[in-house]
Amino acid sequence: MKELMLTQAENQAFDEEMERDPDVFILGEDIGLYWGGPFGQFRGLIEKYGPKRVRETPISEKAILGGAIGAAAAGMRPCAAMMFVDFLGCAFDEMINQLQMRYMFGGKIKLPLTIVANIGAGFSTAAQHSKSMLGLLMGVTGLKIVVPSNPYDAKGLLKSSIRDDNPVLFLSHKKLTPITQQIPDEEYLIPLGKADVKREGNDVTVVATAYMVQVALSAATKLQEEGISVEVVDPRCLIPLDKETILGSVEKTGRIVTVSEDPKTCSAAALIAAMVAEEGFDFLDAPIKVVSCPATPVPFSPALESYYVPDEENIIQAIKEII
Amino acid sequence: MEIEKVKLIDMYRIMLRIRRFEEQCAREFAGNRIPGTVHLYIGEEAIATAVCANLNTDDFVTGTHRGHGHVIAKGATTDKMMAEIYGRETGYCKGKGGSMHIADPDIGILGANGIVGGGICVATGAGIACEMKGKGQVTVCFLGDGSTNEGAFHEGVNLAAIWDLPVIFVIENNLYAEKTRISNATRVIDLSDRCRSYGIPGVSIDGNDVLKVYETAGEAISRAREGQGPTLIECKTYRWHGHFEGDAQEYKGKEEADEWKAKDPLKRYRDYLLENGILSEAEADKMDEEMVQEIEDAVKFAQDSPFPSPEETEEDVFA
Repeated sequence: MKELMLTQAENQAFDEEMERDPDVFILGEDIGLYWGGPFGQFRGLIEKYGPKRVRETPISEKAILGGAIGAAAAGMRPCAAMMFVDFLGCAFDEMINQLQMRYMFGGKIKLPLTIVANIGAGFSTAAQHSKSMLGLLMGVTGLKIVVPSNPYDAKGLLKSSIRDDNPVLFLSHKKLTPITQQIPDEEYLIPLGKADVKREGNDVTVVATAYMVQVALSAATKLQEEGISVEVVDPRCLIPLDKETILGSVEKTGRIVTVSEDPKTCSAAALIAAMVAEEGFDFLDAPIKVVSCPATPVPFSPALESYYVPDEENIIQAIKEII
Repeated sequence: MEIEKVKLIDMYRIMLRIRRFEEQCAREFAGNRIPGTVHLYIGEEAIATAVCANLNTDDFVTGTHRGHGHVIAKGATTDKMMAEIYGRETGYCKGKGGSMHIADPDIGILGANGIVGGGICVATGAGIACEMKGKGQVTVCFLGDGSTNEGAFHEGVNLAAIWDLPVIFVIENNLYAEKTRISNATRVIDLSDRCRSYGIPGVSIDGNDVLKVYETAGEAISRAREGQGPTLIECKTYRWHGHFEGDAQEYKGKEEADEWKAKDPLKRYRDYLLENGILSEAEADKMDEEMVQEIEDAVKFAQDSPFPSPEETEEDVFA
């Protein structure tokens, strides 16, 4: 066991998968010698695997993602490093029109590629470096979406993402970076599409994603002192979504609050709430509450940004409204 | 340049196949027998034919929305193509792609593409795979004049250039991007001049001269196979039909169209083969008759094939 940060756990996952499969390679901006990615998740890989397998690109998001799609179509297993998820905006044709090759070709091709990007606000980097876009991206067809909430999950999920024969978008929240966790020395995988109950409880279910899982866990600890027992479910993957675990939890508690860090209009939390309304209505003893961000760009000033991002208080308030 | 007789005749057969297939598509569209629309390659047959005559089965191509010619030249069969255009389950994509997405990865066709410039970065990526696999494969990216004004062109060609990837970018300049004349869309006259922005070789040639295209593409493909990087080839040609079938083409002058039709690449090549005793008139006519029959059979195959079942809609999203 080793105590590792999220980015170190991800680094191990890349290293192990590159070691295991010569078809795995990474392409992206500043992933090599001088930076190793903005959070160091690629550090040391170029020294070990060389510039053909850790390919430092120009700032060309269309070519990074389009290149990954083409390489996957032609038999490789690429990882496209997009830096911040906001930058996918520059490659949206590739996201919504080219990534769908398998379907358009009648299932004749596999696209085993992983798109890795950082998400999330909290660092005063404003509207173009702070988004999460979870719900928006859930509408992209033919794409699996993985959102780890801690280093252990991140490693096991990233390894599964790289081995998956489909396009997978792997989103790491920046605020998870300082969290450390014991990571086993032996190899492990976490399957895509399997939620994890991060805390068991009986009174209310909170389904939260990415960093919001950590916030929900803090809220649950506080509410415990008030005698409210909160179950925290982490879907870990938004596509495919483990409906069974979510609905099973709602069946037990009869109440649900969904939480995600993206604009409520089409947030991951809103989409999960809609699923529960449609498929789990009979389990509900109270209305569903959705905790997401306002439908605004991410603001810059800490005073505004802290209002924008859901916090413990928002979650506690939502829970109390339905208890 | 010496080209084997069998290759010369093969290229004529492929040009014929494209021409007769496209003419039939026009009739099927006019007869309201196919869903959606088609973008036809008539007048540009020499380019796909001659470029792909230099390729092996395991080389890759990416095409455009005007893509029937590229996939025929890379070895696709007309029956499964027509069935796809008819939206039938026997089509190349089981009726999920249609005219703009015909693909067959087994023979290196990474798809026609409905987005102008959409295939460029994909081709660069396939070029990465070709390089990393180390088997001497190459990727050809067919693109229209319109896509040279897309950001994807800049990013994709530049990335291929800096890594010396085995990708050949073949611009088919048919003078029109949808309904916009190329001279209204760029100040560059020879689109291959854009190669200088990327530090790679480029050349502009007569795209209606099948032997010239064969020779030029052959040199570029050889360089790519030897690890000497990409080439930008502009083939000057003309789109006989509209952007899509049903396009009134009010933006084209009759004089211009007549002038280009006089430069018909198929007739030119037929005349060359006859004049040089490579084919006799009777042999050429017989090939044409056989091709007409093949296309009729393809239509029959399509019409006799069932539509996919509605439940099939939800299949093939994930592997």
